[in-house]
Amino acid sequence: MLDGKKKPLVQVKNLKMHFPIFRGVLKRQVGAVKAVDGISFDVYEGETLGLVGESGCGKSTVGRCVLRLYEVTDGSIDINGTDIATLSGAELRAKRPEMQMIFQDPQASLNPRMTVGSIISEPLDEHKNMTRDETRAKVGELMDAVGLARRFADRYPHEFSGGQRQRIGIARALALNPKFIVCDEPIAALDVSIQAQVVNLLEDLQEKFGLTYLFISHDLSMVRHLATRVAVMYLGRLVELGDAETLYMAPKHPYTQALLSAVPHPDPAQAGNIDRVILEGDVPSPANPPPGCTFSTRCPRAQAKCKKDSPEWREIGEGHFAACHFIE
Amino acid sequence: MKDQRATVLDVANLKTVFNTRDGEVHAVNDVSFYLQPGELLGIVGESGSGKSVTMMSLLKLLPMPPAEIRSGTINFDGRDIRHVSDGELRKIRGGEIGFIFQDPMTSLNPVFTVGFQLVEPLRLHMGLSKKQARKRAAELLELVGIPDAPARLKDFPHQFSGGMRQRVMIAIALACDPKVLIADEPTTALDVTIQAQILELVKELRQKLGMAIIWITHDLGVIAEIADRVAVMYAGQIVEHAEVKELFANPQHPYTRALLETLPKMGEARAARLPSIDGQPPNLDHAPVHCEFAPRCKHAFERCLKENPQRRDVSAAHDVACFWDTNTGGPMDA
Repeated sequence: MLDGKKKPLVQVKNLKMHFPIFRGVLKRQVGAVKAVDGISFDVYEGETLGLVGESGCGKSTVGRCVLRLYEVTDGSIDINGTDIATLSGAELRAKRPEMQMIFQDPQASLNPRMTVGSIISEPLDEHKNMTRDETRAKVGELMDAVGLARRFADRYPHEFSGGQRQRIGIARALALNPKFIVCDEPIAALDVSIQAQVVNLLEDLQEKFGLTYLFISHDLSMVRHLATRVAVMYLGRLVELGDAETLYMAPKHPYTQALLSAVPHPDPAQAGNIDRVILEGDVPSPANPPPGCTFSTRCPRAQAKCKKDSPEWREIGEGHFAACHFIE
Repeated sequence: MKDQRATVLDVANLKTVFNTRDGEVHAVNDVSFYLQPGELLGIVGESGSGKSVTMMSLLKLLPMPPAEIRSGTINFDGRDIRHVSDGELRKIRGGEIGFIFQDPMTSLNPVFTVGFQLVEPLRLHMGLSKKQARKRAAELLELVGIPDAPARLKDFPHQFSGGMRQRVMIAIALACDPKVLIADEPTTALDVTIQAQILELVKELRQKLGMAIIWITHDLGVIAEIADRVAVMYAGQIVEHAEVKELFANPQHPYTRALLETLPKMGEARAARLPSIDGQPPNLDHAPVHCEFAPRCKHAFERCLKENPQRRDVSAAHDVACFWDTNTGGPMDA
């Protein structure tokens, strides 16, 4: 996997995003929600890195940090050779066309008062010096690419179904020929029959334009289908990262094992004989994470050591990383 | 079509229409199904397929108008719910038929303690005294696996996590020993590890209490895990109905087959490309005149665009509404 050909497009090192909590009359800072607490990973050129985890684990925050939609607390985010965590406004703006985002809710992320054509052309107007005709031609091309009929350019988002709206969002993200796209739960709001359409479209576009995706999702079976490598997150930290097939076939971290075993199998013949790990309790609050390993409160294998020492993020196999005291 | 056992709930030809400013919306079209004591009937369908409206119609939980139950019979325990008095209906709702909604945050009242909300149905439906009701409420919370139950009765819904709130909802629904429990996407808003906990709990409770359950979901994985029988809905109609193993092993309707194919399978090798269903679900602004799935169906032929197929038996307890015969690979005889 780590042969010389694959070069990282995105390198995230020790990323931290703490949101301050203010209390009292004087609005003094009394603590912080450690949404992302020191994570490092690479995204290789042309691959899809899946980022999975339960709600509240910080996966969307990672996606937003990586595009610097938040001012990160600490760490570096190297995209195509530039550390964007410290760029100034103008430099960052120049860098924006390279990195784009597809949002979860196509209803909320499209301006209801703009036509589809103007939504897709907005990034072009902002970043490129194109004549009106050039812009119109480009919008047409983009609509073709995502499978929307060109005659819909003058319509408004509410006239479209969920799947079509997501296509509009994808066309907008593609407008500036980005290299890297963060997909934040792009299919979570869609029906099963429409999900497959959008996933296939994302794959086609990746092949056609050589895109690199960070695909954030809680749908583990869809991530397995799409991703080259998968990173699993729990309470602001990565617990395991590896090649998709390896990770799904032989998960090493107890949390990954529990998470994968919790996915219901669409096969009633198997329903009785699945070895399921049922986790007790709920995810602790990221404002007050447990000491030591953050998973120790729910881990079936936890021992005294886990409640004291935070496990180190280390390579346990070729290109396979995990953070647990008990993995050989 | 059905075996000789008695049914607790028997719905026949239910039709629910919404009268809106832009005309009628035919949300439920001629839906028939039955429920036997102690079994779990899964209802699968995408958003807008009419699964929730069907269940809401049963208990007249829809705002009327605009909703209108145009025809059909809903036979529950020897009575037609469509024609019972308001007082009787109130006894059935939350008493003999329990309801669990999708979103536990919006269906619990945020300004009352969980204890109050549990005690309320117990006093109303079961006529328990305050003290008895509190005792029973604590037992119920314990039954659904909430630790330290008596103390937590004093807590408000926001003090519970999502999974715990759904457990509270289940406790409320179970409060009066319902004969039938209707669960409308009860795990959709939850994470997979919490969903696994709730599914485990429901399996346990079924064994302990033995009520019949109708479980609405869009997740075929969940259905495979807990259902005994399944009805697949599309555009306000039941298009296929079978026992769960039969449905997954031998799906007949092209829609069911496509749904099963589009699911990426966890255990198997990764498919190069996901099979997808082209097109969009239909608009329900008209009563069905032809097969509603025909425009998206790869087997559709002339007849499908002229006539709306009725459910026909494939084998005992398996029926499908389709003119295409999967076994012969050709159209049915007219």
